[in-house]
Amino acid sequence: MFYRECGNFKDNYASDMAIFPIPLDRWGFIVMLFAAFVVVPLFASEYLIINIIIPFYCFALSAFGLNVLAGYAGQISIGHAAFMAIGAYSSFILYGRYGLPLIPSILLAGLITAVVGTFFGLPSLRIKGFYLAISTLASQFIIEWVIVHVHWISGGVFGTIEAPKMFIFGLALDTPVKKYYLVLCMLILLMTFGKNLVRGQLGRNWMAIRDVDYAAEIIGVNLYRDKLVAFAVSTFYAGVAGSLITFCYVGAANIEEFNVMTSFALLGMIIIGGLGTVLGSFFGAGFFVMLPIFINQGLGSFMEVVPADILSNIEAIVFGGLIVFFLIVEPYGMARLWHTIKDKLRLWPFPY
Amino acid sequence: MAFFFEVLVTGLMVGIMYSLVALGFALIFKASEVFNMAQGAMSLFAALALYGFLEQYLHLPLWLALLCTVATMIIWAYAIVFIVLKRLVNRPPLMLFMATFGIAYLMEGIGQSIYGTQAKGLNLGIPDNLYEVAGIYISSFDLFFALVAALLVGGLVWFFQKTRNGRALRAVSDDHEAALSVGIPLLKAWTLTWIIAGVVATVAGVAWGTRLGVQFSLTYIALKSLPVLIIGGIDSIPGVIIAGLIVGAGENLGEASSAHIWAGAFRPFSPISWRLLFSTLNHTAFSAKRS
Amino acid sequence: MSEKREPILTAEHIAISFGGLKALDDVSLEIYPGEIMAIIGPNGAGKTTMLNILNGFYKPDSGRIVFEGRERPKHMKPNHIAAEGIARTFQNLALFTGMSALGNIMMGRTMKMHSNIFSQGVYWGFSRKEEIEHRKAVEEIIDFLQIENIRRTPASMLPYGLRKRVELARALASEPKLLLLDEPMAGMNLEEKEDIARFVLDANEELGYTIALIEHDMGVVMDICDRIVVLDFGKKIGEGTPDEIKANPEVVKAYLGTAA
Repeated sequence: MFYRECGNFKDNYASDMAIFPIPLDRWGFIVMLFAAFVVVPLFASEYLIINIIIPFYCFALSAFGLNVLAGYAGQISIGHAAFMAIGAYSSFILYGRYGLPLIPSILLAGLITAVVGTFFGLPSLRIKGFYLAISTLASQFIIEWVIVHVHWISGGVFGTIEAPKMFIFGLALDTPVKKYYLVLCMLILLMTFGKNLVRGQLGRNWMAIRDVDYAAEIIGVNLYRDKLVAFAVSTFYAGVAGSLITFCYVGAANIEEFNVMTSFALLGMIIIGGLGTVLGSFFGAGFFVMLPIFINQGLGSFMEVVPADILSNIEAIVFGGLIVFFLIVEPYGMARLWHTIKDKLRLWPFPY
Repeated sequence: MAFFFEVLVTGLMVGIMYSLVALGFALIFKASEVFNMAQGAMSLFAALALYGFLEQYLHLPLWLALLCTVATMIIWAYAIVFIVLKRLVNRPPLMLFMATFGIAYLMEGIGQSIYGTQAKGLNLGIPDNLYEVAGIYISSFDLFFALVAALLVGGLVWFFQKTRNGRALRAVSDDHEAALSVGIPLLKAWTLTWIIAGVVATVAGVAWGTRLGVQFSLTYIALKSLPVLIIGGIDSIPGVIIAGLIVGAGENLGEASSAHIWAGAFRPFSPISWRLLFSTLNHTAFSAKRS
Repeated sequence: MSEKREPILTAEHIAISFGGLKALDDVSLEIYPGEIMAIIGPNGAGKTTMLNILNGFYKPDSGRIVFEGRERPKHMKPNHIAAEGIARTFQNLALFTGMSALGNIMMGRTMKMHSNIFSQGVYWGFSRKEEIEHRKAVEEIIDFLQIENIRRTPASMLPYGLRKRVELARALASEPKLLLLDEPMAGMNLEEKEDIARFVLDANEELGYTIALIEHDMGVVMDICDRIVVLDFGKKIGEGTPDEIKANPEVVKAYLGTAA
């Protein structure tokens, strides 16, 4: 009754092709932005901002990157965390060692990651499906190995570099709220850019390659170029997400943060959240980051302190169970559930 | 020269273990066209279960504990096929592939909830002595598991070539629909392959578990054997066996010859370099059937 | 219909074999601008193989293809051939099932869109103008094929007949110089066949497209085609107007067996 399309006439193609063609969605989005920019920094505790919301944003960015590759272009990658590591290390080196300004070093780190990612995307020109998945897994191990063993990159012991102090135009980013704003601004800019990409010509080309590659080719899509572009875009997002998460959350570039389990988790996020949707990347990342808290709350009523190993085991069980559940019941994840609810609302309360 | 052969033999014995794990992948891939990411988790779970039966909870004798472990893996196979895979019939293979991720998480979580997360030593009472054969030193421990693995591999090949069920499985792997139409039940075939994969995982888990201790990193063993799979061709069982031997030997030789340069770091890296080399050249080097 | 016109596409002495089986053996054919040409023949005659060669899926073992007066290089990729102006549909549908009907048809315009990745990501200025401009062109095709009401429907949820129509729309959207249709009416009922036949005729007469199609329904072929090429066991056994084909003894023999 309240959420509806009718009575909302479009008189040009531009408004029909807007991101949010329905006014209520547009208002909803503005409210969300308001909440993110004003409400969260005012009311959320520092613990919440640093440990939940910043990783949530960063993982959403990275999950979106993987979604471009796996959900849109149909090229499964199980080595995505390694690309986050490249972003993390290269931005630390650019900023800490060569003294580039913060924002350019983060973006440049993304570009470096994109170059490496394109290189590791080369096998996609020859192989598909499982074989490609395994080849991306190999890229995970190769990158990890290189980072740990090349001392010029990893610098210290166990591949760890401490975060330098952060300044933007002389303004020190020393409090959680300031870091939060950095992450939020990057997130909104890059997500808007990404959303435009996936709904435009390039996004359609990717989906065409995913659905029927030979038909895409005869309609004029350059398979090789667009697959590699997908790898480049996807790993760019991973790189930026990796550098943001190390600058603003972990505080030190540490290869252990980006091991193969993180790659698996990212894949799980986009399955649970929704393959091939922007919204799904947010749902999946949010779910993944908040899962430990839910479990803590749930178990908290039974015991005083939840031991870490029990927590991580239950996390694995719930995460795995949900992957299986969504694949069986709703292969397009939480984002599709959300759309189903919206479709119902559109007709509510008169569904006939 | 003796040193070369010693390294080669050790490498071959490790290679058999690689083939064994890779075989678990290849079996399930052949029967259901699914790449089973849970293979490592299955090895971990089997090793944990054996430890549980043997030392942690029940203190059973070894043979009984092994039997119970295999039974546990059979229960898992039924659960996986009838709770998960049954509902995913006729979905794109990539969906099944991702479902095995979920299964892997579930197995790890459940296994470590029951048996705890700390690393455990698994002692089966196999002597670890060095024997000298024709000037070459061989570890009895390596030899024992190489023999077990070789027996299992031989048994599997026999099963697939000679028995009725084995032929049925091969039929399913060639063409799902055609197999269904001549009356081979798909679910039964899948259950059988997952049981076999469970047994293979048990042997692999126990072997690597005794060697490295039962801990979470066992799941990575499966990942390490992936290059074997790529070189051998995912749908070819003889290919996988040969590739396992090549990788095992090559890895050990590569490590020995460049030992001072790479300081042992070569070991985790080398299977992958093998893989990258081969997969870009030709993704099924030894397999006659091209997909 | 003067006989002196230059053909838009010439295939000369095409031969291809798969593992010893000769799928096509020394087949030559021409397609003239503005005509509807049909390739007919019994099952396994090599019709789809011919189409696959024309749009570059298969490389012929021997023979050459000349399109618009230029000989096609040996290893030209299908997407470059598409860029030269050859579009096609498939016998068993190759719609992008994850997209809406509109998205599928917009794919037909993909070659004509040139904004770079940064412009697309910012979606301002040139990219935005381009997207809207192509949307207008697509809407005209949607009007033409009368599929306005299924614009937003995911391709996977469309009934078979409409999927065929969306695929035709996708091919038309690329404004090809030569349109290849592989059994556009297969598996349809009479009414749907009539619809498609009308669209094909309209596309030819009103919009001026050159069309080559494969079809089994002789009634339709005889009614709408200007010229027919008959293949049998990889060889060309006849060529001509519908009336000539009907009178050709070889063709009748191939279709009805030796008794005729």
